[in-house]
Amino acid sequence: MQHLVHLHHLLYVAAGAKHLVLATGAATPGSSSGTPVWYHIINLGALTYGLAAIGPGVGIGLIFGRTIESIARQPEAAGRVTGLMWIGFALTESLALIGIAVPFFIK
Amino acid sequence: MSHVVASSCHIFSGCGFPAPSINDFYFTPIFKIGSVGFGKPGLLIVLSTIIVVTFFWFAFHSPKLVPRGVQNVGELGILFVRDQILRPQLGKKGDNWLPFLVTMFFFIWIANIWGIIPILYFPPMSKFGYPVFLAGMVWLIYMGLGFRKQGFRGYWRTLLIPSGSPWWILPLLVPIEFLSNVLVRPFTLSVRLFANMLAGHVLLLVFALATWYLLTASIGLLFSATSFIVLILVTGLEVLVQALQAFIFTILTATYISGAYEAH
Repeated sequence: MQHLVHLHHLLYVAAGAKHLVLATGAATPGSSSGTPVWYHIINLGALTYGLAAIGPGVGIGLIFGRTIESIARQPEAAGRVTGLMWIGFALTESLALIGIAVPFFIK
Repeated sequence: MSHVVASSCHIFSGCGFPAPSINDFYFTPIFKIGSVGFGKPGLLIVLSTIIVVTFFWFAFHSPKLVPRGVQNVGELGILFVRDQILRPQLGKKGDNWLPFLVTMFFFIWIANIWGIIPILYFPPMSKFGYPVFLAGMVWLIYMGLGFRKQGFRGYWRTLLIPSGSPWWILPLLVPIEFLSNVLVRPFTLSVRLFANMLAGHVLLLVFALATWYLLTASIGLLFSATSFIVLILVTGLEVLVQALQAFIFTILTATYISGAYEAH
């Protein structure tokens, strides 16, 4: 049960990642012998990543939805529209992908 | 590797669920050259290279005007890449990029498919080094090609200044465009492939381990069966994701190359 994120840990988000490290590390001292401190943070990171993925999720949905809509309206523009779609898709998804990479950098 | 130890571990026997972790992506090397180990991922990469090369060699070593047998399949693959990926992005002028894009698509696809092949069950692209190499290669190609086609100043203008932007927005726009077009592009290209393969493999592991962990003569059997059905469904999803990621990687490569050809 100590792996679950307690509500009061969320309050530390406002106080910055460094305090969060201290808080999660201190909340479970010496738990499950040999588990490094970052293990507990990754769990919180998973929750935060879920939040971070909302925006790109909505964005990618909009991009593909609007592309389908515009191709349905004007099928002869399909080539140009899909080209732009991939550029926009790559840009939008980059936010979600940065979210995946961040826990590896911030410890 | 830790799950081999945990294989006698079932529910109600006092041991916890052996959840998959990042350790499942590290293998003991088969052999070592100096400090560089050659393990299962490297083996699978070599295997996929051999498969792609031999397949296309068999298909096209003596091409016939009226294709027969394996040449039909090879032409189907090449026409798919040409008509779905290359032509919409690059047009006819990019046709000399066809061998590169075909190789890239099929190499990534085959390498991903190992993730659902029984016994092997590992997508080598979930080791970050391989996508990084591919994305680095794409970065070198589109930067080099852009400087060759548009000149040094011309390509920087294409990369940094979107056409039609007023002069007063440029101090804000140029750093963002530099970040997005030069630095973030190869990063997202590699991480997209890596993260999808990693997440897919972990998803398969979760349900495979749960099936085994819950397999007892108790109410756990019911959950074990459910978990197995979900495992099959997730495998189906993985088939889709593997092809889709190879497709997206290749189509973004084509998009970046077309940006090097002309100012958009």
